[in-house]
Amino acid sequence: MNDPVAMSRPKKGAAGMTGSWRTFRPVVDREACNACGLCAMYCPDGCINEEHEIDLDYCKGCGICAQECPKKAIKMEREER
Amino acid sequence: MAEIPKEEYLEKCTTACAGCTSSLTLRYVLKAAGPDTVLVVPACCTSILQGIYPNTAFNVPVYNIAFAAAAACASGMSEAFASMGKKTNVIVYAGDGGTIDIGIQALSGALERGTDFLYICYDNEAYGNTGMQRSGATPMGARTTTTPGGKTNAKKDLDRIIAAHNIPYQATATPAYPKDLYEKVKTALATPGPSFIHILAPCPPGWRIASDMSVAVGKLAVKTGSWVLWERKYGELSISSPSKGAMKKRAPLRDYLSVQGRFKGISDSTVNELEQAIEKNIAQLAKEEAGEC
Repeated sequence: MNDPVAMSRPKKGAAGMTGSWRTFRPVVDREACNACGLCAMYCPDGCINEEHEIDLDYCKGCGICAQECPKKAIKMEREER
Repeated sequence: MAEIPKEEYLEKCTTACAGCTSSLTLRYVLKAAGPDTVLVVPACCTSILQGIYPNTAFNVPVYNIAFAAAAACASGMSEAFASMGKKTNVIVYAGDGGTIDIGIQALSGALERGTDFLYICYDNEAYGNTGMQRSGATPMGARTTTTPGGKTNAKKDLDRIIAAHNIPYQATATPAYPKDLYEKVKTALATPGPSFIHILAPCPPGWRIASDMSVAVGKLAVKTGSWVLWERKYGELSISSPSKGAMKKRAPLRDYLSVQGRFKGISDSTVNELEQAIEKNIAQLAKEEAGEC
């Protein structure tokens, strides 16, 4: 790290484990899901992969996926901590 | 959606609020631009959401610069890349305060000089980063921390100011329609010379909406005609398909206003004024598309 100027480098988790921000967690009903991919398209943080698995380490729990799901296959359930 | 690349240029996760549409916008802007891109970011939410030094969530080079200087900095960068024979994309990613109020002279200068760059203004209609103070982009009737009774002035018409510079490519977009946004960024970067995209970015804490509603509110803005999606290539205006349908049969404006806490208690006369402004804007755009003015 001998940068001539102060410089940040790309790193996963640059803002910490943002999953800890969540008050509601998205739970996918695989039976109802038709794999349209709208949830992954609209996730602001790119936390949903091609298999439509949600990365709960980083998911902030905004609920856009549940709101935009045309099959209503994603439910937001309260986090219990 | 097969043509949109799978690569992500934002690492998980940014410090953006849950449900941030600026973060969503940036995902698609960077997918369209690819890895050979430099972002110039003036003071705005995006200077914060990169993460905490010495780490960053952005996997492209970012140059953070003062509010008033973004377009001037991008001008110099673009010239430097050109003289080195590089085809690196120079993108300014600025908020509405940094574009419409503070950065407008540098932007106007860069457009006049014909700088080869893309300027993106993501518009959440207030100074979101500092706690939702009013900006020139705040619409009439919206409550902010500095207009607690609702703003009494109309939103500054940035797009017509930019249009007066006669630049090769200009467009409006919103991340509620990511494919439309992606294609507009692609076209803008493929067009030589200055290009400008104005993006409506609903802001959950600032607009007083639930975090899961930000995409839905963006769609409502288009359906009610509050935000019209169009692009202008070398002076030829075309209205984009999501807005085409909305212009035939508009959803009632109240649908858009009532879901947002910032418009709580808005008077009927203000709603009428907003309605008239929408009608005037749509009529002007329709005339221009038909080649009548």
